[in-house]
Amino acid sequence: MALLRVTSPHAHGPMSTPKVMRQVLLATLPGVLVLTHFFGFGTLVNILWGGLLAVALESLALKLRGRSPGFYLKDCSALVTAVLLGIALPPYAPWWLVAVGIASAILLAKHLYGGLGYNPFNPAMVGYVVLLISFPVQMTAWAPPRGVGEVPGLLEALLACFAPASYDGVTQATPLDVLKQNNSLLIGDLWKDNPLFGRWGGAGWEWANIAFLAGGLWLLYRRIFTWHAPVAFLAALALMAALIYDGGSSASGGSPLFHLLSGATMFGAFFIVTDPVTSAVSVRGRLVYGALIGLLVYVIRVWGNYPDAVAFAVLIMNFAAPFIDHYTQPRTYGHKTGGTR
Amino acid sequence: MLADYSILLIGAILVNNFVLVQFLGLCPFMGVSNKLETAMGMSLATTFVLTLASVCSYLVFSYLLQPLGLEYLRTISFILVIAVVVQFTEMVVRKSSPLLHRVLGVYLPLITTNCAVLGVALLNINKEHNFLQSLFYGFGAAVGFSLVLVLFAAMRERLAVADVPVPFKGAAIGMVTAGLMSLAFMGFAGLV
Repeated sequence: MALLRVTSPHAHGPMSTPKVMRQVLLATLPGVLVLTHFFGFGTLVNILWGGLLAVALESLALKLRGRSPGFYLKDCSALVTAVLLGIALPPYAPWWLVAVGIASAILLAKHLYGGLGYNPFNPAMVGYVVLLISFPVQMTAWAPPRGVGEVPGLLEALLACFAPASYDGVTQATPLDVLKQNNSLLIGDLWKDNPLFGRWGGAGWEWANIAFLAGGLWLLYRRIFTWHAPVAFLAALALMAALIYDGGSSASGGSPLFHLLSGATMFGAFFIVTDPVTSAVSVRGRLVYGALIGLLVYVIRVWGNYPDAVAFAVLIMNFAAPFIDHYTQPRTYGHKTGGTR
Repeated sequence: MLADYSILLIGAILVNNFVLVQFLGLCPFMGVSNKLETAMGMSLATTFVLTLASVCSYLVFSYLLQPLGLEYLRTISFILVIAVVVQFTEMVVRKSSPLLHRVLGVYLPLITTNCAVLGVALLNINKEHNFLQSLFYGFGAAVGFSLVLVLFAAMRERLAVADVPVPFKGAAIGMVTAGLMSLAFMGFAGLV
């Protein structure tokens, strides 16, 4: 009779990294579909081409470090990074833009720090910020949404990505751009004159945000992450907008609903801010972390140079996350203060 | 009036952060950021000295060098002023609070070589700040330096246990992290 000695833990959670990553991938689906409906196949091409590159670079990095690529590739984390970056990039981006972004994300932000679990900065957002600062023209060229302009087909999307010289697409300012540059029109007039604005936010953008909200709520229901960071982020953003909004003058910065349903707000709240590796860990820490991201997003959107600020705000707070964790350690039972201080 | 000074403060702390945007004071930023506790001590000492040195060098420039027509001596006289302020601070702290002196330890004299201190003194003259503006600019620079140093120290404590590839261990990955941080701080551009 074999006497097996089994050490704790005796109860296993049903969650594992590959399962979590696959559910995150699944949850981006509604958002990606809505983006494809309004902006054409550009986002899908970004995701496919980026995913291919990400898997190739991940295996290369794993090989260089003497790890088995088969085991580590199965956790799908490289694919998640590629999908998140592909969604964040403007559709119809040239192939080299995606390549530079993916290389910065996978090699610089992830494997230089030791791979999944050690990266202090969100890889997808590092890739995005590197591109935004290096290639501002390509990174701010968003296609007009369906209903405002022509939506290119699949063939044109492939052409735009792999033969960018032969493709001349139509690009237009995003609603956040328009609102930032507006300094004479009342908000109500702007809404009436410009077809870029929809019912609450930007045309198309509001539905993409609602779709990402739905995906995020599903992840919340599946307990992939806790509610603290995303809710704190959305609440801080809405509160800032409500405090500054004066009912619609040209300097009002947009209503709370506009900010919640514009740009990358919902995508950032449920897919970027909730990253378990780079965010703060404790409950109180997550509240502080999320709220400060919301504050920074509003400040940079309204008073800074860049139209949207989720990537910048997330990177800045990634930097602050270890410090937040240090001062928000939960109290252990029997001790008066938290942590080991 | 109040808005002017808050813009000056935000500008010095975030938008033109001395470490991450203007690349001044990198030596203590890399050297004293291995542990959070020492980084705290260093940032306290630097805040005090930077604010005081900013004001003192302004006074020396406008009441000594300018009346005598010796503006070209400003760099060397500022170095002297900074050394005196640091030495004076150390003496006062040692006599009045031995505990604080022990906490700050060797970092107090080290501030003499922090280029951010000399940078602030010279920038005050270049930007033609008055007395109060010099005070706020020096204080803002010090707060920005302290903020970044303390956050960086907390992050490096985490990096020390990360599975970093061997060629990148230690200072190399610290430099990469500082570079990524500098990238993120570019998001503040245009705030002031």
